[in-house]
Amino acid sequence: MPPPLLTVQNLVKDFGEFRAVDGVSFALERGEILGLLGPNGAGKTTVMNMLLGLISASSGRIEIFGQSLESHRIEILRRMNFSSAYTSLPGNLLVRQNLAVFAMLYGIRDWRSRVRETMERFGVAALADRITGHLSAGEATRVNLCKAFLNRPELLLLDEPTASLDPDVVDKVRTLIRDTQRESGTSIIYTSHNMQDIELVCDRVLFLHRGRVIRMGTPDEIKASFDSASLEDVFIRIARGGDLQIAGDQ
Amino acid sequence: MNAFPFSAITGIVLRYFYLYTRNGLRAFELFFWPLNTLLVWGFLTRYLSQTGPGEVALPVTFLLGGVLLWDVQFRATQGVSVSFLEDVWTRNLLNVFVAPVRTWELVAGFCAVGFLRVLITVPVLSLMAFAAFQFNILDFNFWLIPFFGNLLLFGWSMGMLANALVLRWGQAAEGLSWALPFLLQPFTAVYYTVETLPGFLQPVALALPSSHVFEAMRHAMAGEDRVGQGLGVAFGLNLLWLATAGMVMHWVLGIAREKGLLTKVATQ
Ligand SMILES: Nc1ncnc2c1ncn2[C@@H]1O[C@H](COP(=O)(O)OP(=O)(O)OP(=O)(O)O)[C@@H](O)[C@H]1O
Ligand SMILES: [Mg+2]
Repeated sequence: MPPPLLTVQNLVKDFGEFRAVDGVSFALERGEILGLLGPNGAGKTTVMNMLLGLISASSGRIEIFGQSLESHRIEILRRMNFSSAYTSLPGNLLVRQNLAVFAMLYGIRDWRSRVRETMERFGVAALADRITGHLSAGEATRVNLCKAFLNRPELLLLDEPTASLDPDVVDKVRTLIRDTQRESGTSIIYTSHNMQDIELVCDRVLFLHRGRVIRMGTPDEIKASFDSASLEDVFIRIARGGDLQIAGDQ
Repeated sequence: MNAFPFSAITGIVLRYFYLYTRNGLRAFELFFWPLNTLLVWGFLTRYLSQTGPGEVALPVTFLLGGVLLWDVQFRATQGVSVSFLEDVWTRNLLNVFVAPVRTWELVAGFCAVGFLRVLITVPVLSLMAFAAFQFNILDFNFWLIPFFGNLLLFGWSMGMLANALVLRWGQAAEGLSWALPFLLQPFTAVYYTVETLPGFLQPVALALPSSHVFEAMRHAMAGEDRVGQGLGVAFGLNLLWLATAGMVMHWVLGIAREKGLLTKVATQ
């Protein structure tokens, strides 16, 4: 069996006295979509930021593509990408200009054709000459996804990609991500507060609460282990703390 | 892999090329301030030389040389600091930091933007200075190159320090970052000699490479031969400042990664 694409061992992040991530370990296989689930402040974004090298770990180990992130950050980032509802491409450039710039930052040689191809893939070719800052939230999300798929990443981190979108657009974006992922075989780590998102998109879910992994498994396994009909129900129970004891004893 | 050499730096420069060519106001802003300064100092020079005794005193034309050279340093600083702020303002910083761009490439890209800004504004300013006030920057001859080079280098150092401030203290430091060149201006002897400063400030002036350049400029205009010596000192100081700025930047990036400041400043 090939080694996992990503392994995280005993990851800890302290912000001063406060422990935001507390001994998280998991692995990600090639082509897998892993959902990070958890209440506000659970540590999802912090884990992602550590995987991106934006935040250094207080202790623990991150290996991506078989290399240590600490010592091979740039080589690893070249094969990764990221998108979040909380970042945007410069609003004062045209869509195609932004994508051209990022294609260069990622060192893509055939950048013109790659930008065109990606825009077509995400249905934003018609927006090429629009000012990025004037796009609707749904259009901007799709353009952000273009940027995220530009370098044909082997590992993609998506932090709440569907936040602030209407249900119809959420559904479209989700389908786009799922389809593109199937074609490209990209592994994805995905956070969302939309349980339907997680159920429909993710192969496996990692439940975080107060920086710790509470449960890990397929959505069905998680539901079964809580004897619950929906992830939403599991989520609420975890968030309100009722099941922490049981989970902790496992 | 599929990378081509300097693609990251090209990308950064391309971004600002798009920004300035797409937006007329941005291009206007590029010229407005330096032209404004030039006109004020130019007319002041004319006024002083008309009301002063006898022939046009040299110190008066020094002012115009000061305006032109000051703009080089100012543009270079802002090329680096405003480029970074632009990423903060447009919430693009994280996208840039998760791209495979090494810190030196980012800094080099910003420095290149600073250099291009100088390349664009200085010729326009110089033409204006010649047309309106018969001040010919080409009279500096080959000294122009070390004048510009030293001021560019120092501008880059200042820009990096300004960025370190913003990374470390976030939004609160943005004003300071923007104003850094002006904070230095009184101490760097742009329009007057270092000797004019009170004794306790002179060491401050002498620690700044730019002061030595402005002094050298006045020596050159007065036809004195101490020009090269001052420029040499400026260059030595520049190497020290660049090394310091690079180390400060590296140190602050480490703190930023530890405290999660990159994401804070990026999404504030
Ligand atoms: N730079 C920082 N400095 C101090 N504390 C931080 C920093 N970043 C995050 N935290 C804290 O760490 C905890 C985890 O935050 P994080 O953003 O990872 O949560 P999250 O699971 O992504 O939450 P959300 O669902 O709201 O996005 C929170 O309590 C947060 O306040
Ligand atoms: Mg989050």
